[in-house]
Amino acid sequence: MENKDQEKNSLYLKIMPYLEKYGILLLLVIMIVVMHFLQPDVFLSWRNVTNVFKQISWQSMLALGVFMVIVTAGIDLSVGSIMMLSLMILAIVAKAGAPWYIVVITPLIAGFLCGLFNGLGITLLRMPHPFIMTLGTLYIFRGTGNLISGGTPISGFTDEVRYLGHGRIDLTWLGLEKSQYLPVSLVLIAIVYIIFWIFMNKTRTGKWIYAIGGNPNAARASGINVNKILVIVYSLCGFLSGIGALILAGRTDSGYPNAGLQSELDAIAACIIGGASFFGGRGTVLGVFAGVMIMGILRNGLNLMDVSSFWQQVLIGSIIVLAVYIDVLRRDLGTRK
Amino acid sequence: MSSINQLLLEAKSVTKYFGTITALENVDLKIHAGECLGVVGDNGAGKSTLMKVLSGLYKPSAGSLFFDGKEKILESPKDSQNLGLEMVYQDLALAGNLPIGENIFLGREPTKNLGLLKFLDYKKIKELTDAHLGKLKINVKSADQKVEELSGGQRQAVAIARSTAFNAKVVIMDEPTAALAIKEVGKVLDLINSLKQTGVGVIVISHRMDDIFAVCDRVMALFQGTNFAESELSKTSRDEVIGWIMGKK
Repeated sequence: MENKDQEKNSLYLKIMPYLEKYGILLLLVIMIVVMHFLQPDVFLSWRNVTNVFKQISWQSMLALGVFMVIVTAGIDLSVGSIMMLSLMILAIVAKAGAPWYIVVITPLIAGFLCGLFNGLGITLLRMPHPFIMTLGTLYIFRGTGNLISGGTPISGFTDEVRYLGHGRIDLTWLGLEKSQYLPVSLVLIAIVYIIFWIFMNKTRTGKWIYAIGGNPNAARASGINVNKILVIVYSLCGFLSGIGALILAGRTDSGYPNAGLQSELDAIAACIIGGASFFGGRGTVLGVFAGVMIMGILRNGLNLMDVSSFWQQVLIGSIIVLAVYIDVLRRDLGTRK
Repeated sequence: MSSINQLLLEAKSVTKYFGTITALENVDLKIHAGECLGVVGDNGAGKSTLMKVLSGLYKPSAGSLFFDGKEKILESPKDSQNLGLEMVYQDLALAGNLPIGENIFLGREPTKNLGLLKFLDYKKIKELTDAHLGKLKINVKSADQKVEELSGGQRQAVAIARSTAFNAKVVIMDEPTAALAIKEVGKVLDLINSLKQTGVGVIVISHRMDDIFAVCDRVMALFQGTNFAESELSKTSRDEVIGWIMGKK
């Protein structure tokens, strides 16, 4: 009997890590195959695939930032507002006639400072939960963005400023057609995700972020400066929202008051679908990417099939519940009682 | 073994107030190399507070600590770690989502540095973990196993391994067998005995007389935040020690 149990256990031990790591990618592949069969001419066309990446470009930055926060068992509700405020600051600086290299850097600094504000608030003011601090700044940052812009859109940026969100990498030298270009935002997503994958998996700070989410008391008892790490995490989250603002500026050529409205919820949804646990300590960068892609493909596919956006909301909500239920089942199997 | 008599840590007249509450009053404690000291007392007698003072988590309101005969002021648990004092917490203080090796080296991971960035040296972590677990004769399937997949006894063994990975001189264990199945208790007690043999001073806080009488050389009782009684283990009995816990001599 015991032998059998052990065999069963070792089988779980072998399979579970892979399922935990790559299960969500399986779901993504299945979705792509299904969409391909439903829309064989359009879905996997060059134009549509690059379109999906352009559509998820700024959301993917917000999701990555929120992901790191969720790994620490925290939450950041303010990323949409950070992006909007950073975008408005960018627009004002651009309209004031600053050179493009200044304009490009302002949303990154603004986003970072907003994140720093969150992090310092959570740790120094000893907020009972990051939910409260970032709920506050959700209003504060958006309100500030409207105050400085007068609540009206500011449009018209130079090509350099729009490069990350709107730029194209010509591939005609590979023998491809002019329409088969690579969006710069796709390359940017790849680079940023690879950097943060390395950060979360290979560096000591990344490991500590997971440790804090796993057991903050253990982290503290190990001599880790938990508050310092939290401030770094929220600052990086703000910084990524700033990158999101820069991409959005390129895509829309405009700073507008409703930018990023409710996008914090999309970002959280992508993390949850991607397997990040709300209790902290669990989740992968690859998973977040899959989560963002699943939401992007779902919206894109349903648009292609002319399904109403109301159905999209119902479906995305259902996927969140389903993804977390799968997570619950997986954990039942993987953990000893 | 002359090192048996070497005094590793001494607390003199430690007092700790929380607001108007006196948690500890003029408490003394000594621990020698290769010795196991049992600390007993009822709930609220001040055992945990005393250990937290020793480890630097709390600052004493009065009194002083001597490490190797020198007076030291601890600002944080990091300071006591640097002086060779390690704590095995009752709630184990392990991160269940991380593998065994990364838990053992948490906060002190070997790294390869590239400018400001500190990259984890996974190979070295694995080598050191395997060597250390081997030295303490702790059997696990693999050092890559996540701690949440381990049994209570294995977790306790990992926590003890963690505390001794950096040449600790004194290890404090808070109720090391409280959460364990009976068959696992023996293994943890064996582990404490092998630690003693390596010259480590072990302080065990426990309610279980069986544990105290299996591993300790000396036992001291706290009662309402004060030193109540102390004795060589060979010169006392279970009934007497239980009496001390209740405040009877």
